[in-house]
Amino acid sequence: MLGSEIPVFMTNRNTITEQYPKIYLYRRIVQAKLFIDANYADNIDLDNISDEAYFSKFHFIRLFKNIYGKTPHQYLIAVRIDRAMQLLKSDKPVSDTCYAVGFESLSSFSGLFKRIVGITPSIYLMQQQKIKAQIKSSPLTFVPGCFAEKNGWLKNRNFRETKS
Amino acid sequence: MLTKMTHISINVLDQDSAFDFYTNKLGFKVVVDVPMGADGRWLTVSPPDQPGFEIILTPVIRSMYSKETSETLRELIVKGSFGVGIFTCKDIFATYEELKAKGVEFTKPPTKEFYGTEAIFKDDSGNWFSLAQLT
Repeated sequence: MLGSEIPVFMTNRNTITEQYPKIYLYRRIVQAKLFIDANYADNIDLDNISDEAYFSKFHFIRLFKNIYGKTPHQYLIAVRIDRAMQLLKSDKPVSDTCYAVGFESLSSFSGLFKRIVGITPSIYLMQQQKIKAQIKSSPLTFVPGCFAEKNGWLKNRNFRETKS
Repeated sequence: MLTKMTHISINVLDQDSAFDFYTNKLGFKVVVDVPMGADGRWLTVSPPDQPGFEIILTPVIRSMYSKETSETLRELIVKGSFGVGIFTCKDIFATYEELKAKGVEFTKPPTKEFYGTEAIFKDDSGNWFSLAQLT
């Protein structure tokens, strides 16, 4: 029969946008994740998030972890540390950064930061300042030579200084 | 002998907008961001779990392109001529819902294929990518 000659993957090629398993569960978990992304700096009560997602706390944590590989609490910490790295990169002092991303204690911030990033926020800040200074003094050390050459940047190595 | 790919260049219409798209929407990490005067920035980003692979976000207006080349590139990108690559994710339905909620445009919703489940989305310029959860 002709039908039996069609490869299985072609016959099963179904669009499953609205039918995929438990779409409503996905949407609620994704909304919770986006809520954390947007409100990480506030004193988020994770119990409230599971309430808003209409789940029991246990069920919510399990589903969240299945999708994102972290519990909501672990994820919140990861977002805060990630945001802290961005703020430190933009030269914000360590204590300002700590409070800006939602931590209430400098020591717990520094401890968590070190555990996740591998170095303390102060050292990270210093490293970023060094990199910034290097970017300013010799930007082309950050660009692969082939691209710099193609763009004609090598002929004008000091264009950063002359511009500013 | 070749070993790995470390950098790939993607042409984008507007570097600032691409920066927002790739970092805030796709969640990529900035690796290098160096001002290059009139040529914009030397800007590279990496997928969250692949720090050794840098995507260079190259504006179509740049010294290495002639005016004519820039215009041709712009036209082709806007038309959706360039399928740039495939990104994988752990959970395609969650990723699809999240990106849609962030306003990312999909031209194909998650669809079962013989190799897994795949969707197609466009970046803010018009370059398209496959998003796949491989089985």
